[in-house]
Amino acid sequence: MELQQGIFILMGLAMIIAAVLAMHVKDLISSIIAVGVVSLFASILYLLMQAPDVAMTEAAIGAGLSTLVFLYALHKTKDVEEEND
Amino acid sequence: MTNLPEILFQVSTYFVSAGIILATLRLIKGPSMADRVVALDTFTVISISLIVLIACMSSRIIFLDVGMVYAILSFIGVVAVARHLEGGL
Amino acid sequence: MEWYRILGSIITLIGSIFLFLGALGVFRMPDLYNRMQAGTKATTLGTILTLLGIGICHYEWIGQILVIIMFIALTNPISSHALARAAHFKGIPLTKGSVTDKLKEKENIDVVVTDKLNENTEVEVD
Repeated sequence: MELQQGIFILMGLAMIIAAVLAMHVKDLISSIIAVGVVSLFASILYLLMQAPDVAMTEAAIGAGLSTLVFLYALHKTKDVEEEND
Repeated sequence: MTNLPEILFQVSTYFVSAGIILATLRLIKGPSMADRVVALDTFTVISISLIVLIACMSSRIIFLDVGMVYAILSFIGVVAVARHLEGGL
Repeated sequence: MEWYRILGSIITLIGSIFLFLGALGVFRMPDLYNRMQAGTKATTLGTILTLLGIGICHYEWIGQILVIIMFIALTNPISSHALARAAHFKGIPLTKGSVTDKLKEKENIDVVVTDKLNENTEVEVD
């Protein structure tokens, strides 16, 4: 029980660090990567709270799909900015 | 001596947690963006083994499905970032 | 005496030590490509050993664990290769102590071939 609480606190601290990093970093791709890391640790937290179905959904959508959607949106907006210049 | 496997699993979990801390330091410190992608790649592999260790210590086989979904889907983010770096997505 | 549980837990401990060493290499290596090599090879071996140890310890889970090992062995080199290629074409430099760069040599192969031809002709003339 001690070990599970230790993993719990470690995951929470890593989530907070990654979320602060997503705000403070300069380029946008690093922000997208930090958001993916937050989703990864949230998935392990859901797993520790005995909810494997929520963890599975979070791993599929948060880590796989949202990174792809954010990168596609970033690609599209860069094209528009270059056309305006 | 009958308690030896549980002790060894707990020591393994400590090693994996130390690996997560080191990769988090690289994620904070990384000078360029590709270093952070390498940290994300390391995170995915280490977290799969952490998920399976949690499943082993909880003795629930349903936790292995989470690790399987993560093993299938985790490389999509890294490949998407790599394609974005090369130009076309 | 449950000898298979002790064997599986020892294999899991060896795999977790490999995972820790891979993360240490990711933290301490001087270059992007060195970090990628430490963060891919060592962690792949560590994950495979960890999952195999747990599969030996809980022998009724061995089917799903073999499926997870197969997916990791298929997808981890793909992502590492794509990232290394993208970083090389982006122009991220190597560290100072690097010896060779085969991909850059292959890009400049025309210049190298013409240089070698000139050297050979000069040698033959001499």
